[in-house]
Amino acid sequence: MQLDDLYRRVIMDHYKNPRNRGTFGDDAVTVNLNNPTCGDRISLQLIIEDGVVKDARYTGEGCSISMSSASMMTDAVKGKTVGEALDLADRFSKMMKGGDAEFDDYEDIEALSGVNKFPARIKCATLAWNALKKGIE
Amino acid sequence: MNSKALKEQFPILNQEINGHPLVYLDNAATSQKPKAVIDAVKQYYEWENSNVHRGVHTLGSRATEAYEGAREKVARFLHAEDASQIIFTRGTTTALNLVASSYGPAHVGIGDEIVITEMEHHSNLIPWQQLAIRTGATLKYIPMQPDGHIELADVEATITPKTKIVAINYVSNVLGVVNPVKEIAAIAHRNGGIIVIDGAQSTPHMKIDVQELDCDFYAFSGHKMCAPTGIGALYGKKELLEGMEPIEFGGEMINDVGLYESTWKELPWKFEGGTPIIAGAVGLGAAIDFLEGIGMEAVAEHERKLANYAMERLAGIEGLTLYGPKKREVGLITFNLEDVHPHDVATVLDSYGIAVRAGHHCCQPLMRWLKATATARASFYLYNTEEDIDRLVDGLIQTKEYFG
Repeated sequence: MQLDDLYRRVIMDHYKNPRNRGTFGDDAVTVNLNNPTCGDRISLQLIIEDGVVKDARYTGEGCSISMSSASMMTDAVKGKTVGEALDLADRFSKMMKGGDAEFDDYEDIEALSGVNKFPARIKCATLAWNALKKGIE
Repeated sequence: MNSKALKEQFPILNQEINGHPLVYLDNAATSQKPKAVIDAVKQYYEWENSNVHRGVHTLGSRATEAYEGAREKVARFLHAEDASQIIFTRGTTTALNLVASSYGPAHVGIGDEIVITEMEHHSNLIPWQQLAIRTGATLKYIPMQPDGHIELADVEATITPKTKIVAINYVSNVLGVVNPVKEIAAIAHRNGGIIVIDGAQSTPHMKIDVQELDCDFYAFSGHKMCAPTGIGALYGKKELLEGMEPIEFGGEMINDVGLYESTWKELPWKFEGGTPIIAGAVGLGAAIDFLEGIGMEAVAEHERKLANYAMERLAGIEGLTLYGPKKREVGLITFNLEDVHPHDVATVLDSYGIAVRAGHHCCQPLMRWLKATATARASFYLYNTEEDIDRLVDGLIQTKEYFG
């Protein structure tokens, strides 16, 4: 088992220097999700205007995988249309199941592809993306 | 006690995980099984398997004998007066739910109190929470000291003549404290209530005497004490069990079935509707034989030594927080490494072949009390050695470096 497959430098960078951590006012779409089996939790806020995700922020507590995934996700969806954001979320789910791991639109995400070799940690990586899907719905 | 020799009796422990010899430190979740237990289950299926209590044929008698023989062993192991006071269940959770669902509504009403603690596992918390909601009773918590232990003065102050049920774990699965359940039982009785003990974390690790404790109900799981999963038991005082209604109805548990009403078998069978967990009970009986062969005092002494050795070594790691009291009676230590999430700790340790648990350990209220979202836990058993602790300490130092 190669730990570096899981904890790539990009992931540690997002974990230690999180992007988009914080909150907006009450008018943003807010989704609170937690992972009941491990206690990780995320509060995601999205500002959606004219079908476009204008901005995204999050707060939460969790492991390096769940928090770096939230950092990348919020960065990646900014400026995307709602449809593009959902497509990104779908591609992320596929990558977690061992599918294609190319994210030309936000390459950092590819670093999380190693998570699929650690079945116990997949739910950590998908937490933020599940919040995104819920927020858009 | 020779832990190294004992380890060899557990086939699963003789393997490498991620290129390192396995160090299994997740015993509070479930223990591993010795060959004697695995063989007993195999022998049962190859020689005795049949349904119990109904077959006239030879196999039916063999299976019944094996199943009821296991009940006798459990009674002896807990020092119960009589085997009829041992109800086989799926585990601690089912046993506690049986008391909460059957004894609970019959004895608890509006204005009554149920007393528990914030350190309870969800399985000894939610059943009482639900009972309180259903009956209009008040759920009260005995306060805890900063290191997690309970003072008897606080027990005295919390339990009142309105308290009908006190439910508490003997040993916390997170803090590793041993609660003064005998004294708490006496206080509950003085106030006219009963005590239910969650023995999931105590039964595998120390000598249990339910008569000496004077407890009314005592629940435990087999799988944490070398037996298969899916088997456990509830002990109860005879007059209480006799007064309780079954909560599961079906085959095996009846005396006479009419079109509009039925009557139940005597103890313990009235609580065991349906085909029971026969092979599990046989495995539990073999586990008890195995543990009694070592001696529960020896198991307890070994784990106490191991725990205090671990406390000493872990305290030497900078940035490591230890939860629970400084001096240890049982082999269970919960901790957190500064700036590293326990999931990450557990993943890195796993890469060195060391199995620990990370998460809330089914104790969300206790996690809030500890002001931690999650923690890591190492828990020991009779086959663990000081060498295993050294491997854990080395692994934690590596983890710190990796995330540093």
